[in-house]
Amino acid sequence: MELLLIFIIGLLHAAGIYMLLRRSMFKMIIGLIFLGNGVNLLIFLLGRLVKGKPPVIDEASKVFTDIYADPVPQALILTAIVIGFGLQSFAIILIKRVYKVLETDDLDELNSTDEEI
Amino acid sequence: MIFAVISGFLSAALLPLFSKINKNLVPKVYPFVPLGIFVYLLYLMPSVLQEGSLMWNYPWVPSFGVDLVFRLDGLSLLFGLLITGIGTLVFFYTSYYLKGDEYLDRFYGYLSMFMAAMLGLVFSDNLICLFVFWELTSISSFFLIGYKNNDPSSRKSALTALGITGFGGLVLLAGLIWMGFVSGTFSFTELITTPEVFREHSSYIWIVVMVFVGAFTKSAQFPFHFWLPGAMKAPTPVSTYLHSATMVKAGIYLLARFTPILGGTAIWQETLIIVGGITMLFAAVHSLFRTDLKSILAYSTISALGILVFLLGVGTQDALLGAGLFILTHALYKATLFLITGIIDHETGTREVTRLAGLQKVMKPVAFAGYLAALSSAGVPMFLGFISKEIMYEGVFHSSSLAWVLTAALVITKVILFVAGFWVGVKPFSGNLPAEYQKVHLPNPLLWVPPCILAVLCLLFGVLPAVLDGFVQAVFISLVPEAPEIHLAIWHGFNWILGMSLVTLALGFGLYLFFKPSTNLILKTQTFDNLSPINIAESGGRIFKAFAWKWTGFFQNGYLRNYVITILLFLTVLAGYRLYDGVDIHLDWNQISQITPSEFLVVVLMVASIFFALITKTRTGVIVALGIVGLANCLFFLYYSAPDLAMTQFSIDTLTVLLFMLVLVQLPRNRSFSSRKVRLRDGFLSLMFGSLIAILALEVFEAPSYTEVSDYYAENAYILAKGKNVVNVILVDFRGIDTMVETVVLVIAAIGVFSLLNLNLNPFKKN
Amino acid sequence: MKSLIFQTASKYLLPLLLLFSVFILLRGHYLPGGGFVGGLMAAIAFILHSFAFGLKETRSIVRLNPRYLMPIGLALSIMAAVSPWLVNLPVMTGLWYDEPIKLIGMVGSALVFDIGVYLVVIGSTLTIMFSITDTI
Repeated sequence: MELLLIFIIGLLHAAGIYMLLRRSMFKMIIGLIFLGNGVNLLIFLLGRLVKGKPPVIDEASKVFTDIYADPVPQALILTAIVIGFGLQSFAIILIKRVYKVLETDDLDELNSTDEEI
Repeated sequence: MIFAVISGFLSAALLPLFSKINKNLVPKVYPFVPLGIFVYLLYLMPSVLQEGSLMWNYPWVPSFGVDLVFRLDGLSLLFGLLITGIGTLVFFYTSYYLKGDEYLDRFYGYLSMFMAAMLGLVFSDNLICLFVFWELTSISSFFLIGYKNNDPSSRKSALTALGITGFGGLVLLAGLIWMGFVSGTFSFTELITTPEVFREHSSYIWIVVMVFVGAFTKSAQFPFHFWLPGAMKAPTPVSTYLHSATMVKAGIYLLARFTPILGGTAIWQETLIIVGGITMLFAAVHSLFRTDLKSILAYSTISALGILVFLLGVGTQDALLGAGLFILTHALYKATLFLITGIIDHETGTREVTRLAGLQKVMKPVAFAGYLAALSSAGVPMFLGFISKEIMYEGVFHSSSLAWVLTAALVITKVILFVAGFWVGVKPFSGNLPAEYQKVHLPNPLLWVPPCILAVLCLLFGVLPAVLDGFVQAVFISLVPEAPEIHLAIWHGFNWILGMSLVTLALGFGLYLFFKPSTNLILKTQTFDNLSPINIAESGGRIFKAFAWKWTGFFQNGYLRNYVITILLFLTVLAGYRLYDGVDIHLDWNQISQITPSEFLVVVLMVASIFFALITKTRTGVIVALGIVGLANCLFFLYYSAPDLAMTQFSIDTLTVLLFMLVLVQLPRNRSFSSRKVRLRDGFLSLMFGSLIAILALEVFEAPSYTEVSDYYAENAYILAKGKNVVNVILVDFRGIDTMVETVVLVIAAIGVFSLLNLNLNPFKKN
Repeated sequence: MKSLIFQTASKYLLPLLLLFSVFILLRGHYLPGGGFVGGLMAAIAFILHSFAFGLKETRSIVRLNPRYLMPIGLALSIMAAVSPWLVNLPVMTGLWYDEPIKLIGMVGSALVFDIGVYLVVIGSTLTIMFSITDTI
């Protein structure tokens, strides 16, 4: 399974970069989201995959008695997901705004300094 | 003491407030700042003379060994008195000289800042503090040179000065830090006890070179001298204060301070002799070809600085004593000459020496000051200049085997400086008054009293040198620790030295009589301009600019994808090179978990939707694919024991899709912008990057993992934080501050979105 | 999207989802859940409602502008973080009330902190979503 996940991680990164290289701003954001997903999965994978043992202590005991999934990467990813949402929403609104002002979705048409706008 | 140093900064900082209340009050109040410090230093003088040095210690950054330690010994007292004394006069002088100027208050702010920085520089006992103050003087000098900020040449001179001194400062910083590393301390007082640490160290030469570059740029030594004539664009009080009396001597101060620590070697002494010698001769000859009073003074100042460096290089006890005394002498007469130049400029509107004559008829006190200063500069007996010149000759004459050559060079320089001093101090006042200046009158006493005070001091110290004995002794001791007792005297008896003095005077006077300043000469020198250091520096600047332009244009052309491609290529090549060395991956197949059919299905779904997102032409399709990728991600989290993540990912996924859908309606239709070729290139690049990441992931995965942190959290989750969901405990307890900052980020994003949507940012629809 | 079924469903879903989100928030310290997830769920509940009935209707239910939830939440978190100072403990030390309270469980500064996070998440998410809906 880990190998499949590694394949997916590679694929997500490749797809993210490919989208990032497009001229459309919309695709750029999709690329960013793909990259974010890929990185999250990568961190998750590096915490080692453990099946069916969430890092929650049994009701009866005070410490872990069994093996458990690594909680640190999970905490990291949880934060990353929420922050990622903040970033995505800001980016989405930004392209919306840019489109409203300049009426284009093409990044190349934004390639001018403020003075010329 | 600390108050004395920072009061200048304080008054500069308080200035905006002050000028709000009453702008006209500023020039009336601010001169009392340097005056107060001057009096304070005079009050400290007896104890310095008695004890050798005083120390004040204020901890600042103890962990780096950087403390605010102020040390007052003879040399720093000399500089301190010059800074505050001439400062007081200049502050008063300015109040009339720039009267009615729009930014007069600002000018006082810069001046106070400079004064404080300069005081800090000479009083610091710590190398790092010294450097900080050093840079502050460069910065305030930059503002003062560029004071007439609507004049392009003024701005250019300011930039040149800052460029040169700033460059020197950076080199100096490297040198100082290096010194700190070699010796393990940044304190002068401690450094001076162990000079042999440096002389025997392998990096001695580098340290010396760096200190030299710092000192030579600051003190306008050849080949870095060219910024100083340009700096004369500043108003005359600034030239008086910064560019002749104090700041340019900071380099000399540094060299003098370091002489007991780094000096004594052939490299140190000979470099100083050569550089100082070239500078003094070169600049002296240059001053003969100028007709602008300020230019003459600028070059004669450079020449005088050259003499100082030269004397430090000669390094005999008398030479060092001569240097110490010459600092005082030069400051007194040169400041006077600058101030009277300012008066002449102010009253007649010209500084062309060829057009000025006979002004003594209309401004007697100014002429009096000019004559005295010129005589002191010439080294006529009964003036301070004579005494310092005698000691100087003495020191050089009894130095090494080449003493004759060195003495001759010094005599020639002195002869020319005689002429330069006379051109400024005597020529404008003697002779017949031209008709156009008949109506010129004596200005306000605020202008002419300061130069007169300085000029009288030149005479007073010359007639009664014994007044200075104790003070000069203290300066001497800080230059030469084992200095013998000295007595300054006018008469040294008939000897070679007196003979040379007389020869100097005679030659100088002759040259003054027969060699007239003219504008033709200046034109002749301009043919050599292409070879001058200033041109070399400028063309260097131009080449650098062109290079920066090309470089920036190539790498930062404004296309996002080019940036991404550059970064990716670099990364891929870098990491690829490492992989090329060979990676051996031994997968432990037991570690790898089984693939269940449902998981396999999720993987297939994910791969399919990623490809769908890449090729589909419709926006909605992309968003749906994005949603599926997110959900699949969520399922992975769920399968592998991360229920919290699964829940969060699910909610976020929902929200993102909703957000896209809301915005989507307002976006234009999807268009395909790029050609097939470009897409192929991008596809190739991203595949490269993707496989790189996959290989790296595999490599890291294979390496053993460290779980101490996780174990700590897991074991203590309940014991310390009374929680059983370790992920949540980490978030709200162990790493609570992080979480808090994260929520702040979220808030900022929300505020950003809100303001983006609600502010009118459209420049086309202003209303 | 004003279908009758959707409207009726979301009318009942709103309180249910909100309750659920609070439940998720409170159990976060012991079982999967917590402020982030709880906050997101509550936000989704409101957004669902606004889709069915329109933004105006939702605003009238919430009364409080979601923008204000952000500073309130932040203030709660900071208070929870700083409160140990009052009893001379380092910042962010967990303070706990000894006896569990019915329905809620153990109460302590970490819970207050989590509630702060919950409010900030609701506030910022709703601010983002509502201002977009506003400008359509």
